[in-house]
Amino acid sequence: MRHRKAGFKLKRDPAARKSLLRGLVTSVIEQERIITTVPKAKAAKPLVDKMITLAKRDTLHARRQAARFLETPASVKKLFDKLGVRFGQRAGGYTRIVRLGWRQGDGAEQAMLELVGSQLVKRAAERAKRKEERMKAVREGREEEPPAA
Amino acid sequence: MPNPKRRHSKRRTATRRTHDHLVQPGRSECPNCHEPKLPHRVCPHCGTYKGREVIEVVEK
Repeated sequence: MRHRKAGFKLKRDPAARKSLLRGLVTSVIEQERIITTVPKAKAAKPLVDKMITLAKRDTLHARRQAARFLETPASVKKLFDKLGVRFGQRAGGYTRIVRLGWRQGDGAEQAMLELVGSQLVKRAAERAKRKEERMKAVREGREEEPPAA
Repeated sequence: MPNPKRRHSKRRTATRRTHDHLVQPGRSECPNCHEPKLPHRVCPHCGTYKGREVIEVVEK
Protein backbone atom coordinates (compact mmCIF):
# COMPACT_ATOMS: atom_id res chain seq x y z
CA MET A 1 0.00 0.00 0.00
CA ARG A 2 1.19 3.51 -0.70
CA HIS A 3 0.11 4.97 2.61
CA ARG A 4 1.95 8.14 3.68
CA LYS A 5 3.74 8.52 0.38
CA ALA A 6 2.30 11.81 -0.73
CA GLY A 7 3.88 13.69 -3.60
CA PHE A 8 3.78 14.19 -7.33
CA LYS A 9 4.54 11.35 -9.71
CA LEU A 10 3.94 13.42 -12.84
CA LYS A 11 3.31 10.22 -14.83
CA ARG A 12 7.02 9.50 -15.08
CA ASP A 13 9.36 6.83 -13.84
CA PRO A 14 11.77 7.98 -11.11
CA ALA A 15 14.64 8.80 -13.48
CA ALA A 16 12.51 10.84 -15.88
CA ARG A 17 10.86 12.63 -12.97
CA LYS A 18 14.21 13.57 -11.48
CA SER A 19 15.47 14.85 -14.84
CA LEU A 20 12.34 16.93 -15.32
CA LEU A 21 12.52 18.46 -11.86
CA ARG A 22 16.25 19.19 -12.15
CA GLY A 23 15.55 21.01 -15.38
CA LEU A 24 12.70 23.02 -13.86
CA VAL A 25 14.73 24.00 -10.79
CA THR A 26 17.72 25.02 -12.94
CA SER A 27 15.41 27.14 -15.10
CA VAL A 28 13.83 28.89 -12.12
CA ILE A 29 17.26 29.81 -10.76
CA GLU A 30 18.53 31.04 -14.13
CA GLN A 31 15.37 32.74 -15.43
CA GLU A 32 13.77 33.88 -12.14
CA ARG A 33 10.30 32.82 -13.29
CA ILE A 34 8.90 29.97 -15.32
CA ILE A 35 5.45 29.02 -16.56
CA THR A 36 4.53 25.37 -16.20
CA THR A 37 1.61 23.25 -14.99
CA VAL A 38 0.38 23.54 -11.41
CA PRO A 39 1.52 20.05 -10.29
CA LYS A 40 4.99 20.54 -11.81
CA ALA A 41 5.29 23.93 -10.09
CA LYS A 42 4.22 22.41 -6.78
CA ALA A 43 6.72 19.59 -7.14
CA ALA A 44 9.61 21.91 -8.04
CA LYS A 45 8.93 24.61 -5.43
CA PRO A 46 10.35 22.84 -2.35
CA LEU A 47 13.42 21.81 -4.36
CA VAL A 48 14.12 25.43 -5.36
CA ASP A 49 13.75 26.48 -1.73
CA LYS A 50 16.22 23.78 -0.68
CA MET A 51 18.75 25.03 -3.23
CA ILE A 52 18.49 28.53 -1.80
CA THR A 53 18.96 27.17 1.70
CA LEU A 54 22.17 25.54 0.47
CA ALA A 55 23.25 28.86 -1.02
CA LYS A 56 22.73 30.62 2.30
CA ARG A 57 25.01 28.09 3.98
CA ASP A 58 27.69 29.00 1.41
CA THR A 59 30.30 26.33 2.12
CA LEU A 60 32.27 24.29 -0.40
CA HIS A 61 30.25 21.23 0.56
CA ALA A 62 26.96 23.08 0.04
CA ARG A 63 28.18 24.30 -3.34
CA ARG A 64 29.00 20.74 -4.38
CA GLN A 65 25.64 19.49 -3.16
CA ALA A 66 23.92 22.11 -5.32
CA ALA A 67 26.17 21.34 -8.31
CA ARG A 68 25.17 17.70 -8.00
CA PHE A 69 21.52 18.61 -8.57
CA LEU A 70 21.59 21.64 -10.87
CA GLU A 71 22.26 21.07 -14.55
CA THR A 72 24.45 24.04 -15.43
CA PRO A 73 27.54 25.51 -13.74
CA ALA A 74 26.16 28.99 -14.47
CA SER A 75 23.09 28.30 -12.33
CA VAL A 76 25.25 27.16 -9.40
CA LYS A 77 27.27 30.35 -9.71
CA LYS A 78 24.19 32.56 -9.78
CA LEU A 79 22.63 30.66 -6.88
CA PHE A 80 25.61 31.19 -4.58
CA ASP A 81 26.77 34.62 -5.75
CA LYS A 82 23.40 36.34 -6.13
CA LEU A 83 20.52 34.42 -4.58
CA GLY A 84 22.23 33.45 -1.33
CA VAL A 85 22.85 37.14 -0.61
CA ARG A 86 19.47 38.26 -1.90
CA PHE A 87 17.54 35.92 0.41
CA GLY A 88 19.96 36.20 3.34
CA GLN A 89 17.45 37.98 5.55
CA ARG A 90 14.41 35.96 4.48
CA ALA A 91 13.51 32.91 6.55
CA GLY A 92 11.98 30.62 3.95
CA GLY A 93 9.31 31.35 1.35
CA TYR A 94 11.75 32.22 -1.41
CA THR A 95 9.39 31.17 -4.18
CA ARG A 96 5.82 31.89 -5.17
CA ILE A 97 3.27 30.02 -7.28
CA VAL A 98 0.54 31.99 -9.05
CA ARG A 99 -2.22 30.23 -10.93
CA LEU A 100 -2.70 31.49 -14.46
CA GLY A 101 -5.64 29.61 -15.92
CA TRP A 102 -5.99 26.75 -18.34
CA ARG A 103 -3.80 25.92 -21.30
CA GLN A 104 -5.49 25.76 -24.67
CA GLY A 105 -4.98 22.33 -26.18
CA ASP A 106 -5.09 20.01 -23.21
CA GLY A 107 -6.81 22.11 -20.52
CA ALA A 108 -3.95 21.71 -18.04
CA GLU A 109 -3.91 24.47 -15.46
CA GLN A 110 -0.84 26.64 -15.83
CA ALA A 111 1.05 28.40 -13.07
CA MET A 112 3.97 30.75 -12.76
CA LEU A 113 6.72 29.68 -10.37
CA GLU A 114 8.95 32.61 -9.48
CA LEU A 115 11.65 33.68 -7.08
CA VAL A 116 10.13 36.30 -4.78
CA GLY A 117 11.16 39.75 -5.97
CA SER A 118 11.63 38.84 -9.65
CA GLN A 119 10.62 41.34 -12.29
CA LEU A 120 8.43 40.78 -15.31
CA VAL A 121 10.32 41.13 -18.56
CA LYS A 122 8.09 42.47 -21.30
CA ARG A 123 8.72 40.35 -24.32
CA ALA A 124 5.35 39.96 -26.02
CA ALA A 125 5.83 42.88 -28.43
CA GLU A 126 9.22 41.59 -29.50
CA ARG A 127 7.87 38.10 -29.99
CA ALA A 128 4.93 39.37 -32.07
CA LYS A 129 7.29 41.37 -34.25
CA ARG A 130 9.52 38.39 -34.90
CA LYS A 131 6.51 36.29 -35.79
CA GLU A 132 5.26 38.98 -38.15
CA GLU A 133 8.60 39.07 -39.93
CA ARG A 134 8.63 35.30 -40.22
CA MET A 135 5.13 35.27 -41.71
CA LYS A 136 6.13 37.96 -44.18
CA ALA A 137 9.16 35.94 -45.25
CA VAL A 138 6.97 32.91 -45.82
CA ARG A 139 4.43 34.92 -47.83
CA GLU A 140 7.11 36.26 -50.11
CA GLY A 141 8.34 32.74 -50.63
CA ARG A 142 11.82 33.44 -49.35
CA GLU A 143 11.60 30.82 -46.64
CA GLU A 144 10.21 27.36 -46.18
CA GLU A 145 6.86 26.89 -44.45
CA PRO A 146 7.57 26.56 -40.72
CA PRO A 147 6.45 23.31 -39.08
CA ALA A 148 3.14 24.41 -37.49
CA ALA A 149 4.39 26.97 -35.00
CA MET B 1 -28.80 -13.03 -16.67
CA PRO B 2 -30.71 -10.80 -14.25
CA ASN B 3 -32.97 -8.31 -15.93
CA PRO B 4 -35.26 -5.49 -14.74
CA LYS B 5 -38.67 -6.79 -13.78
CA ARG B 6 -40.59 -3.60 -14.54
CA ARG B 7 -40.25 -0.67 -16.84
CA HIS B 8 -39.26 2.58 -15.05
CA SER B 9 -41.82 5.36 -15.23
CA LYS B 10 -40.91 8.70 -16.79
CA ARG B 11 -41.35 10.24 -13.36
CA ARG B 12 -38.86 7.89 -11.79
CA THR B 13 -36.25 8.77 -14.44
CA ALA B 14 -36.97 12.49 -14.10
CA THR B 15 -36.79 12.31 -10.31
CA ARG B 16 -33.38 10.65 -10.47
CA ARG B 17 -32.14 13.35 -12.81
CA THR B 18 -33.26 16.34 -10.71
CA HIS B 19 -29.71 16.71 -9.37
CA ASP B 20 -28.01 16.35 -12.79
CA HIS B 21 -26.95 19.83 -13.75
CA LEU B 22 -23.86 21.99 -14.22
CA VAL B 23 -22.98 24.66 -11.72
CA GLN B 24 -21.65 28.10 -12.55
CA PRO B 25 -18.00 28.59 -11.52
CA GLY B 26 -17.45 31.13 -8.76
CA ARG B 27 -16.22 34.49 -9.97
CA SER B 28 -14.82 37.58 -8.36
CA GLU B 29 -14.24 41.08 -9.63
CA CYS B 30 -10.73 42.07 -10.65
CA PRO B 31 -9.72 44.99 -8.41
CA ASN B 32 -7.64 46.46 -11.24
CA CYS B 33 -9.86 46.34 -14.34
CA HIS B 34 -13.20 45.35 -12.74
CA GLU B 35 -13.74 42.50 -15.16
CA PRO B 36 -15.04 39.20 -13.74
CA LYS B 37 -12.25 36.74 -13.04
CA LEU B 38 -11.78 33.39 -11.33
CA PRO B 39 -10.77 33.68 -7.67
CA HIS B 40 -7.13 32.94 -6.74
CA ARG B 41 -6.02 33.28 -10.36
CA VAL B 42 -4.38 35.96 -12.45
CA CYS B 43 -6.93 38.16 -14.20
CA PRO B 44 -6.93 37.07 -17.86
CA HIS B 45 -8.07 40.54 -18.92
CA CYS B 46 -5.38 42.76 -17.39
CA GLY B 47 -2.81 40.20 -16.24
CA THR B 48 -2.59 41.36 -12.62
CA TYR B 49 -2.88 39.49 -9.35
CA LYS B 50 -2.80 41.06 -5.90
CA GLY B 51 -1.96 44.45 -7.35
CA ARG B 52 1.18 43.28 -9.19
CA GLU B 53 2.17 39.98 -10.83
CA VAL B 54 1.79 41.30 -14.32
CA ILE B 55 1.53 38.53 -16.86
CA GLU B 56 1.75 40.09 -20.28
CA VAL B 57 -1.59 40.18 -22.02
CA VAL B 58 -1.34 40.15 -25.80
CA GLU B 59 -3.79 42.44 -27.57
CA LYS B 60 -5.62 40.74 -30.37
